[in-house]
Amino acid sequence: MSMNRRKFLKGGSGATVMALAASAGLLPANPAFAAWNEAAFKTKSLNDTVKALGGQTAAESKDIVITSPDIAENGAVVPISVTSKIGNTESISILIEKNPNSLAANFSIPSGTEPFVSTRVKMGQTSNVYALVKAGGQYFFVTKEIKVTLGGCGG
Amino acid sequence: MADPMKIRANMVDGKVEVKVLMSHEMETGQRKDAKGATIPAWFIQNVTATHNGKTVLDAEWGPAVSKNPFLSFRFAGGKPGDKVAITWTDNKGEKRTDEVTVS
Repeated sequence: MSMNRRKFLKGGSGATVMALAASAGLLPANPAFAAWNEAAFKTKSLNDTVKALGGQTAAESKDIVITSPDIAENGAVVPISVTSKIGNTESISILIEKNPNSLAANFSIPSGTEPFVSTRVKMGQTSNVYALVKAGGQYFFVTKEIKVTLGGCGG
Repeated sequence: MADPMKIRANMVDGKVEVKVLMSHEMETGQRKDAKGATIPAWFIQNVTATHNGKTVLDAEWGPAVSKNPFLSFRFAGGKPGDKVAITWTDNKGEKRTDEVTVS
């Protein structure tokens, strides 16, 4: 066990170096979901996230639906479902504008899988929530404000 | 080893609906303990779902996903008796895979 831990620690520091290199722009961002996209999860706004995911800009679309409560009593557990009606949806991301880092989750949707995901996220405070959809190489989003009466990121 | 996931895969309108409950702390790295020291981040980074070996969903998560995460999705082409497997990997390199049969 201790040997494994040692190996793991070594691996961890190597990964950190890679992540630093990636965030400094030395390595190209990997849009293929092969590894965890650290750069994208460090972003603080919708536009930055789109760029970190390899896109340019995102257009607002009425064909994406966010299903969630309008008022979340407990910010630690906010149920959010996203359904996309855009053809050839390749990925669905959930962003929370006022969280320390906006990107919460990124789902890649292979063909045959419905463009729908449902999960639960943490929200530090009342914020706009974005659902970002990649379809045919382009990005689309829709936004919805969710009010939080009790924050989810506090101690 | 982390606790097993609770997975259900049922046929709904000709598609397989999968619901997963994972058991994980999902610590954000933002919180501090009683002494003011930051609690290190510990969260699931990657989740992969496969149906008879073919990937049907691939997710990257940040620490903003809730503790003991819930995930639901639907895919076509499945039938009762098929296998659906879910694997997660966290930022400490820990992994867990669980499998269910579609009913």
